[in-house]
Amino acid sequence: MSNNEQHKAAYVEEAYELLSALETSLLELEDNLEDMEIVGTIFRALHTIKGSGSMFGFDDIASFTHDIENIFDKVRNGEMSVTKELIDLTLSAGDHIKLLLDEPELADKQMAGDIIASLKALSPKTIVLHEVKTSPAPPQSVENALEEDVTYRIRFRPPLDIFIRGINPIHLINELHLLGDCRITAQTDAIPQIVDINPEHCYTYWDIILTTSMGVNAIKDVFIFIVDDCELDIDSIAGGNNLDEEAIQNKLQDVFASQGYVSQEDWQEISGPHKRIGDILLERKDISKEDLQKSLDGQKPIGEILVDSGRIDSGKVESALAEQQHVRSSLKKKGKAGLSSSSIRVSSDKLDNLVNLVGELVTVQARLTQTSASRNDPELFLISEEVERLTEELRDNTMSVRMVPIGTMYSKFKRLVRDLSDEMGKEVQMSTEGSDTELDKTVIEKLNDPMVHLIRNSIDHGIESPDVRRSLGKPEEGTLNLTARHSGANVVIEINDDGAGLDPEAIRGKAVEKGLIEQNAELSEKEIFALILAPGFSTAKKITSVSGRGVGMDVVKRNIEAVRGSIDIESHKGTGTTITLSLPLTLAIIDGLLVKVGEEMFVVPLSLVKECVELTGEDISNAHGRQISNVRGEIVPYINLREKFSIYGGKPDIEQIVITNVNGQRVGFVVDHVIGEHQTVIKSLGRVYKDIEGVSGATILGDGTVALIIDVSKLLQSERSLLAGNSNN
Amino acid sequence: MGRTILIVDDSASMRQLVSFALKDAGYDVIAADDGKDALSKVNGTKVDMVVTDLNMPNMDGIELIKQLRSSTTHKFTPVVMLTTESQDSKKKEGRAAGASGWIVKPFQPEQLINVIKKFVR
Repeated sequence: MSNNEQHKAAYVEEAYELLSALETSLLELEDNLEDMEIVGTIFRALHTIKGSGSMFGFDDIASFTHDIENIFDKVRNGEMSVTKELIDLTLSAGDHIKLLLDEPELADKQMAGDIIASLKALSPKTIVLHEVKTSPAPPQSVENALEEDVTYRIRFRPPLDIFIRGINPIHLINELHLLGDCRITAQTDAIPQIVDINPEHCYTYWDIILTTSMGVNAIKDVFIFIVDDCELDIDSIAGGNNLDEEAIQNKLQDVFASQGYVSQEDWQEISGPHKRIGDILLERKDISKEDLQKSLDGQKPIGEILVDSGRIDSGKVESALAEQQHVRSSLKKKGKAGLSSSSIRVSSDKLDNLVNLVGELVTVQARLTQTSASRNDPELFLISEEVERLTEELRDNTMSVRMVPIGTMYSKFKRLVRDLSDEMGKEVQMSTEGSDTELDKTVIEKLNDPMVHLIRNSIDHGIESPDVRRSLGKPEEGTLNLTARHSGANVVIEINDDGAGLDPEAIRGKAVEKGLIEQNAELSEKEIFALILAPGFSTAKKITSVSGRGVGMDVVKRNIEAVRGSIDIESHKGTGTTITLSLPLTLAIIDGLLVKVGEEMFVVPLSLVKECVELTGEDISNAHGRQISNVRGEIVPYINLREKFSIYGGKPDIEQIVITNVNGQRVGFVVDHVIGEHQTVIKSLGRVYKDIEGVSGATILGDGTVALIIDVSKLLQSERSLLAGNSNN
Repeated sequence: MGRTILIVDDSASMRQLVSFALKDAGYDVIAADDGKDALSKVNGTKVDMVVTDLNMPNMDGIELIKQLRSSTTHKFTPVVMLTTESQDSKKKEGRAAGASGWIVKPFQPEQLINVIKKFVR
């Protein structure tokens, strides 16, 4: 390594300077035997030669100089006096170091030993020589890596003055996060009354439950610099080789007792005799199972009882609950994952890069396929086919790496629903479905804000307060359903509530008032609902802290459209609203059907394509000017891309209809030729073209030309009135 | 959001090595050759972290740490000491003065970066 060489050269140069300074100082010292300042200079020169020497791999120099440095440390501390002999020996030691620098092979081990021995003889007491520490410090945690996940309970109480030591406990806790799945409860009961608080002190301490495969030493490493000053308890509570579910369950039962939160007597008092009273009553047939269950359902959890009785602080219960949940979930995961599916963390930037590269590869592969087809060389053709197959596999694999189950997002929303319903005095039960449906990570990230907004809307505007619901004959507790499922190359997410639903008349009135539509506009119910997505629209009577400012839904719409998704609203007044988001599985590469109109190429997302049929002149004349075709007895409306995109030039005698299925509606697109399947690397159109309707992006074909990707649902929307008119006929 | 780290060492080769490793890891580096130089260099500016040798002329590492801890700007700044002494006495002295951590020479540049990451993010 050239860096290394460079550093070494710098060291050698420095060592020469230090040695000559050492020599000068020694000679000066000879004239002033008592001058301690000179002794200090000598000591530091030796110290630097040693310290830096060990850094740059000059181990011989380091260990040799170390002994001499020790002698001068004695001199500095007044334990030894400076003599002519000492100076002579040190001068020859300096020469020896120079030799070690110049020609280490020639250096005489014997001579080094002699110098050290003579120096030691000068020393009045035996000098305990310290080994030069060569083991790395702090210890590397990797060496301690275990294969098995182990769960630890960690109590970390930093010293009060941790901040003045320049240590931020949050960094340490974040570092724990890197070791594995981690639940953290901050304990705040030690914080004094505000008048007594010293803002420079850290009163908080933490209970941490960590599942890691790195072993206990890795955890200790995190706290290495304050381990002597802080209170740090690490207990393994589950996992390892002795994973025994029952044992863990038992352990959980005395979580309170073992952490010292509750005294044994208190515990006995609360938990009662060994056989639970309900079981006894049940055995004696004094109570039916149903009755028992009912009364148990009304019972408060043990943690609440303990807090209410003032025996322990609520922070302690929270921490114990965190432990319980953590162990449960890690057990669950273990069950699911089966034996061992090891995983690594990769930064998403790397993945993005990989996807970009695969995108480029797909483009190049298209070129290769095209070239090989034109060369008529069977050998080249075989190779290009092989490359095509591999590229496709590589693409699918790369995409699957980026997939994240939507359940990760759900869990966040559970908390949101709970907090919001508390805040607004509503009772809401949230249920989720399809949490293992996978979506591209980027899509999930972009989905978060819109989802939060929609859920807020549902709770704020949708679900009524408990007394209103009672008067309407609905259960007091409202329900909110989140459902995710696959639909072709899309993932469909439904947010459904059983609240008040949308009022078409109110929306219409509002839209007229805001000048969004004309007084006499004729709109279908769906179109009216779509108005709530328009900018500056809000029907809420009063503005709450969470919604109603009218800046939400249009942002939701924009965000969803930014990931090429669509949004659909269905609602019945009084019974609830369902908002359906349809999102692409991935943003980068799709399978497309390449079609040609005139000289222009277009791509239709293949997942939407159902079939291709011919459209002859006879068919057109049979339709009497309406844009419908007859496909095996069924009427399918179509959009003529030639007309839609104003493409000039004569059309062929027989055109093709690409029939797609969007939201259960069959629609055809008339094109000149269907070319075939095409792996489509999606390129965005850039800022200038972002408002173009009906086109969602572009792709580069094998010969370098650009094909536009048709946004089927947008085209459909713009043509909806036409299509609706046709299908009514 | 470059983080600035002050490194204090009287050995030019150490300064070179450490600066190199830190710059490589994306930090901005200010170098000083002893405690006095260090104090004059941080006077009026705030650094995010200090890495200091202990044995230095003019002002040693321990005194530097004490001075930093009694200043208003660097009261809470992480300070890591570079020691050749693995023995506890120096470590204790440093900790008493308010050092946040230490690393024992010889060390690999990666080990230094790992220690630094404990204190600045």
